Amino acid sequence: MDDFMLRALAAGLGLSLISGPLGVFVVWQRMAYFGDTLAHSALLGIALGLLFELNLQLSVLLLAVFIAAALLILQRRSLLASDTLLGILAHGSLAMGLVAISFQDEIRIDLLAYLFGDILAVGNDDVFWIWGGALLCLSILAGIWRRLLNLSVNAELAAVDGVQTTGIKLVFMLLVALVIAVAMKIVGVLLITALLIIPAASAQRFSRSPEQMALIATLVGAAAVLIGLFASLLLDTPAGPSVVTAATLLFLLSQLRRMH
Amino acid sequence: MQTDPLLLGKGVGVTVRGRDLLRHVDFEVRRRRILTVIGPNGAGKTTLVRLALGLSTPTSGTISRAPGLRIGYMPQKLSLPESMPLTVNRFLTLASTDQASLQRNAAETGITKLLDRPMRDLSGGETQRVLLARALMTKPDLLVLDEPVQGIDVNGQSELYRLIVRLRDERGCAVLMVSHDLHLVMAATDEVLCINQHVCCSGHPDTVSQHPAYLDLFGEIDAETLAVYTHHHDHRHNLHGEVVRDDGDKRHG
Repeated sequence: MDDFMLRALAAGLGLSLISGPLGVFVVWQRMAYFGDTLAHSALLGIALGLLFELNLQLSVLLLAVFIAAALLILQRRSLLASDTLLGILAHGSLAMGLVAISFQDEIRIDLLAYLFGDILAVGNDDVFWIWGGALLCLSILAGIWRRLLNLSVNAELAAVDGVQTTGIKLVFMLLVALVIAVAMKIVGVLLITALLIIPAASAQRFSRSPEQMALIATLVGAAAVLIGLFASLLLDTPAGPSVVTAATLLFLLSQLRRMH
Repeated sequence: MQTDPLLLGKGVGVTVRGRDLLRHVDFEVRRRRILTVIGPNGAGKTTLVRLALGLSTPTSGTISRAPGLRIGYMPQKLSLPESMPLTVNRFLTLASTDQASLQRNAAETGITKLLDRPMRDLSGGETQRVLLARALMTKPDLLVLDEPVQGIDVNGQSELYRLIVRLRDERGCAVLMVSHDLHLVMAATDEVLCINQHVCCSGHPDTVSQHPAYLDLFGEIDAETLAVYTHHHDHRHNLHGEVVRDDGDKRHG
């Protein structure tokens, strides 16, 4: 097997290690659109990163944190529904990102690579960062697991139990932002949320407990990476979209199982 | 001997966007006492519960709570994420992982047989009992129950009120309970706080039910004709829904 394929596999499997456990919370808390909004804002993060010559993943992460904070403030100060606010932030930042990139004509940017990812151009450094990022996120998630689960089941009951709900929610948003910054290179900003929610949704009918659902989601994500990458090699299709296609097919398969 | 109150509200008011939800409410929750808050829809009962729980703060007045106060809360309704696989057992362990107290609370509220069932498959009445069991998991000093008998038939309601009184007796906790009618809750309460944004009247349930402000609010007709229909059964149902033969003395209405 070629080196680039090994690196792609390592990166994809590292990502599914964290996207599974984090994805189930995105599904439980109905935050798919929030993930999408952060992903859309990533393009503005890239544009600003290029402008100020920052590390691109860092600038994407910082912008995602800024968007999450903006959302929390808007939710408190506005009577508009969350999905409206998210739509404004998602499309506003995507449009600003495209405008900002158009100003930088001396730098040639492969926009497609950022939108849809380029898993086959992943370097050794990237693999290192993805595994490091995934393990860091996973250990933080393990630390807040019980409180986050309590909060996801019912925020009021968790608050009465003494859980610092706002703080835990912020940490969770930060983890989603971190995963998006790390995953951008692999699947691209347009498809990142898919890797969070599709494996989690596929795991739902096979799980008897929250922890089991997280574990199965991780396995489904890893299977999607394996199937998608080999299909991409065989059929010469783009890697990121092939992985998401594989995940979608696995989800459809999972729906054949009767609900228990 | 009087002990310090667990919760003491003085001149409590809540104003949201220029509208008064509560004004000048005084209340006191003492150990081993059951306080029932009644009032019509929109009277501010839920606002008062949220204040007692510490989920929101008053815009005027003060609420002081006993240091280290542990609260067990039973919400009026439970909204769960449907996509989360969650058994009753796992739901209870979110509050505390103490297995011995889990078994004891499950037995007391009659949900031992439900422990392995998924939360989303429970009926309304079963959910209420699971919520009460969860409220007990934190070994609370104060139980806050928001319309605890909602969705439960009349026989089940008096059964649940008897259980609440028993829990108060055995565990020595205080109870702050919200109800929209006084009739059934009468026997199970030490004190009544009747509110409609402000305190209309308060005191012993017998006094309150004769108070002009109470009759104004709920109507004299209601108070007189809606007396609970009393009749005799030769059996009753325990919390598991099983038939228990009466020995003749312990009839219920």
